[in-house]
Amino acid sequence: MDLSFSKDELAFRDDIRRFFAEHYPADIREKMNRGIRLDKDDHVRWQKILHEHGYIAVNWPVEYGGTGWSPVQKYIFATEMAEANAPDVVPFGLSMVGPVIYTFGSESIKERFLPDILASNVWWCQGYSEPGAGSDLASLKTQAVREGDHYVINGTKTWTTLGQHADWIFVLARTNNDVARRQEGISFLLCDMKTPGISVRPIITIEGGHEVNEVHFEDVRVPVENLVGEEGKGWTYGKVLLQHERTNIAAVARSKYRFARLKELARSNLHGGSPLIEQPSFKAKLVQTEVALKALEFTDLRTLAAISTGKAPGPESSILKIKGTEMQQQIDNLYLEAAGYYAMPFIPDQFKIDIADEDRVVATTEPNTALKYFNYRKASIYGGSNEIQKNIIAKHVLGL
Amino acid sequence: MDFSITEDQTMLQDSVAKFIANDYDFDSRQEHAATELGFSRERWTEFAELGWTAVPFSEEDGGLDGGAVELMLLMEQFGKGLVIEPYLPCVVLAGGVLKKAGTDAQKATWLAPLIEGSALGALAFVEPQSRFDLNNVATTATKDGDAYVLNGRKAVVLNGGAADTLVIAARTSGEQSDTDGISLFVVDATADGITRNAYPTVDARQAAEIELNDVRISAEQLLGDENAGFATLQAVIAEATIAICAEAVGIMQTLNYKTLEYTKSRVQFGAPIASFQALQHRMVDMFVIYEQSRSLLLHAVMKYDDGDMDEALAAISALKIQIGTEGRKLGEEAVQLHGGMGVTWELDVAHYFKRLTMIDTLFGNADYHLDNYPLD
Repeated sequence: MDLSFSKDELAFRDDIRRFFAEHYPADIREKMNRGIRLDKDDHVRWQKILHEHGYIAVNWPVEYGGTGWSPVQKYIFATEMAEANAPDVVPFGLSMVGPVIYTFGSESIKERFLPDILASNVWWCQGYSEPGAGSDLASLKTQAVREGDHYVINGTKTWTTLGQHADWIFVLARTNNDVARRQEGISFLLCDMKTPGISVRPIITIEGGHEVNEVHFEDVRVPVENLVGEEGKGWTYGKVLLQHERTNIAAVARSKYRFARLKELARSNLHGGSPLIEQPSFKAKLVQTEVALKALEFTDLRTLAAISTGKAPGPESSILKIKGTEMQQQIDNLYLEAAGYYAMPFIPDQFKIDIADEDRVVATTEPNTALKYFNYRKASIYGGSNEIQKNIIAKHVLGL
Repeated sequence: MDFSITEDQTMLQDSVAKFIANDYDFDSRQEHAATELGFSRERWTEFAELGWTAVPFSEEDGGLDGGAVELMLLMEQFGKGLVIEPYLPCVVLAGGVLKKAGTDAQKATWLAPLIEGSALGALAFVEPQSRFDLNNVATTATKDGDAYVLNGRKAVVLNGGAADTLVIAARTSGEQSDTDGISLFVVDATADGITRNAYPTVDARQAAEIELNDVRISAEQLLGDENAGFATLQAVIAEATIAICAEAVGIMQTLNYKTLEYTKSRVQFGAPIASFQALQHRMVDMFVIYEQSRSLLLHAVMKYDDGDMDEALAAISALKIQIGTEGRKLGEEAVQLHGGMGVTWELDVAHYFKRLTMIDTLFGNADYHLDNYPLD
């Protein structure tokens, strides 16, 4: 057992650090530091830079354009990316539909879709949940009826994150209603958002932002060649996708970065004339958070190490989802508490670039603290709620 | 970065695990715990023959050159077996001070018998008023010509009753809570002026209150430099904290296993109680606590072996906080899920729970480590 990085790993870290210093655009960094939501062009521009340097598909196999990095290299990359406060890669193409396509898709479907996913030429969104199918995803009702060379889709998908930007959507839909188990008869379809019959309605979330949408399908005709893998096997493919999603959800490096900044904030914000970090009850929460964060980091590393020795991540990744989201929420909660009264102003535009410093109301260094806290209550709900994760661990790890 | 263990380490782990599984049954453990000695001397001899008492010592000292990793592997298995033999006080604590501060001559006289298993040791570092502060030492060692004279009272000295050799922290200068001015001495437990009042502890170990009344010892019994004992004491307690936390992780794994097995077999309302979601989620929480604790244990072990003492102490405090809060919660849940059986003397679960709870108290509880945690 050994904690230290090898000489090669240290050299790799220096390369990555240099990459972020030289190529991460200053205007995007400024927005990230001020907590301003990035627009579509920001994401695409940054992802194209990552792609040019071969860093866009960290977890993909080399043959499909992935990095082939070791777990330690991935850990280093994630850490440096968080330290630079660079935005995460938008997951729907690169972390979700991409792996499903290269794992289960035909050669022609791989050729059609993977290059544009890698190059961020196409913005993907997710058609999973429905108004009546959340945690119980297998109860989904969206129908895809075969008519000649097309499937005709009818139904409603919801919680479609950033669907307002999307060019394509991947959809779980029923192609067969006459099945013994509800998990059967579901297919995984790819659908152009410009197809007639698709409409997108915004859902405004708790903090006032437009992040998620409801997507309606009315007689939407999808060519049969847009079916991934076999008809009726969509549930199996969808589960693989969710496992990819879950490990990314842990966001350990991001939480470490945010926690380090929180400690700085607690040193500068005053409480009773002394730094907040010296208030015993707040300090106690900071320590508890640091302990939990360290435990999560090492659980994540142990999982990575297990994967590198050939063991599948499997249901244990559910631990990372549960603890990772608890961690993010705990840190957001402490930011909120650290802000004191300045958690209250509701001025979402307050941090836009073009507002002069003297016109800003809020003096705290972490902008829109309360909005983040409220928004991130979503973390323990999405990607399979944390209660569903516990069901998964109970069944597949504990054998209950 | 590497989480794997070597072939030798795997062999050590396997040999202890095999012994615990085949030769360390709960019923004879209970019988031995109920004797006046409180453990089995025969088994202790066996531990020595198997080389386990030699693990954390260098080859020059007659040991096996084990580090924190070996100690962790061994203690984890001792946790699973709920081992009551005095490995912690004898090998890790008394042996730890001797290996770090002793001269070759002192090691030959005092340490070798501990490694061979022919003598037992204890470390007297707690006092009635000190609570968890290692620097709070009121016991005095006054120089008198070539000799030192010890006076004071040592509290809850683990294995203090059966020990042949006592290592004692005493003040040679400074105020009661100064870190400077503490010295360490090795003393024959039967020396004149020593009164021992031995008793069992709630977790089936043994301890003693020890009165030191004009105990005269020679200058050759001073371990390390005069007044400079604190750093040694701190380093030994750090290693011992890793040891008990590894023991705790072994206990937690066992409690989880036993709880799963029990809830799968216990039928109420016409179904195994393991089929109830209210209980399933609690067992998942216990599983997650165990995995998170193991992660912090590996972190602390690797930091300790890295050699930066400040970083190691922070990592050990983080581990101790986890064991003392989440670990104790796991113990309480294990008892709760066993229902009435969980609070009987007959069931081993109750005894695992008691040991896990007392581990929080040893070497500073969770609150103590939380208050003293260095937030960088």
